[in-house]
Amino acid sequence: MLKLSKYVLYDIVRSKIILAYTLFLFLVSFSLFNMEENSSKAIMSLLTIILIVVPMISMIFTTIHYYNSYEFIELMLSQPMSRRKILLSEYAGVSVSLLSSFLIGVGIPILVYSPDAIGFSFLFTGGALTLVFTSLAFLTSVIARDKARGIGFALLLWFYFALIYDGLILLILFTFSDYPLEKLTLVLTALNPIDLGRISIMLKMDVSALMGYTGALYKDFFGSGSGILFTVGIMFLWIILPLWGALRIFKKKDL
Amino acid sequence: MIRIENINKRFKKLQALIEINALFEKGQVVSLIGPNGSGKTTLIKCILGMVKADSGKIYFNNELINGDPSYRSQIGYMPQIGRYPDNMKVGQLFKMLKNIRNVPAEKLDEELYHQFKLGEIADKPMRTLSGGTRQKVSAALSFLFSPEVLILDEPTAGLDPLASEILKEKIIKEKMKKKLILITSHILSDLDELTTHIIYMQEGKLQFFKEIESLREETGELKLGKAIARIMKGEKFSNEWIDKMFEINKEGNIY
Repeated sequence: MLKLSKYVLYDIVRSKIILAYTLFLFLVSFSLFNMEENSSKAIMSLLTIILIVVPMISMIFTTIHYYNSYEFIELMLSQPMSRRKILLSEYAGVSVSLLSSFLIGVGIPILVYSPDAIGFSFLFTGGALTLVFTSLAFLTSVIARDKARGIGFALLLWFYFALIYDGLILLILFTFSDYPLEKLTLVLTALNPIDLGRISIMLKMDVSALMGYTGALYKDFFGSGSGILFTVGIMFLWIILPLWGALRIFKKKDL
Repeated sequence: MIRIENINKRFKKLQALIEINALFEKGQVVSLIGPNGSGKTTLIKCILGMVKADSGKIYFNNELINGDPSYRSQIGYMPQIGRYPDNMKVGQLFKMLKNIRNVPAEKLDEELYHQFKLGEIADKPMRTLSGGTRQKVSAALSFLFSPEVLILDEPTAGLDPLASEILKEKIIKEKMKKKLILITSHILSDLDELTTHIIYMQEGKLQFFKEIESLREETGELKLGKAIARIMKGEKFSNEWIDKMFEINKEGNIY
């Protein structure tokens, strides 16, 4: 499996897209830290960008890579190689390259300018989101038969998690504003990895004081040890479940 | 060596395979012939596990094919349309497969690689190769690990006369080594000198599975092409004959 991943990685590195992505992340975070004097302000701005860009790039890159390496997958299938192994090596190759891209591009500026708890939880969130959306993209690519449909599907999913979902939450909160919704919002947050990441970082910062009563409840929960465990656990589920689904579908697929 | 029991496969509206039963033994050269879309490639892909049959069982050396891919180490497969990673060079492709399969060097069969002079184009990326050259690469790859079973899907299509002659010589050589060889082809004259058994498929059904000698005796033709043509015509003839019988009956009813 390691051998296969090595070839997948080699293929990805050569395409240079991943290099451009690293450079982009590096430039954005470096310039943000230089523009803002206050490092926590810079992290806030960086958070907004990262929460949009990382899921999108992860999904689109993974989808395009999957369809481009279809021939490779086909070739491997005629060899004594199980489907599980093939898909997992693909996943390992893609996720390792995207993850290292993020950790280099954003990690180095953060280590230089803000090497504290906020910085590290920022890196954790970004890394987890990379893996989550890589898994989701694998699931959609395995389901969709052709490239156009696969990319469309991936973009739709990204759109849903990045924009539509927040709108839906607001709608629910306004409609049922007469009821106590704190617990419900907590559950709803867990259903969107982007929101989960955003809240878990924001609550570590001073801005959480502006969030009122719900903010206080959140801070109480996410600040505690069990809250951190909750965040990590849910993120983990978001990585594992789509990948597991993709494996199940891929095993039964006709190629 | 390969036993196929009651295989059925349906692609949405198209019933690709209907109740296929067959038994292939060592030393046989089995030709799969039939019109386009009669299910030959689907049957081959079922044996390779690339297409999952809806029902039925396939045994390889008396072991049920059921997810464990190790049996494929004994199969060399030459696909109808060889699709390979675009950026990979010819030399890299061979190196990668050797690396993945981990077969000791003395067991490698590089005869075709040398005869097709693939060493000279080792630096060319796969995407720049012509269809025929690609076909040569596929052929060399399928024989590379000296497998016990060779599955060749339209091996001579697209090859120049010289290359096609080299490939035929190679197939005859492997036939002498008592290997099982499955070939599909539309060029019946190519099969004439190779084949020992004929499978004729039509609309997903296995019409007959016969030794070539008995086929020759039944039809009184020495050439395979003519023998098959006679059988195909014969069926048509009998259909017409039945139609005529019905017409007479109808007329009989009127009077």
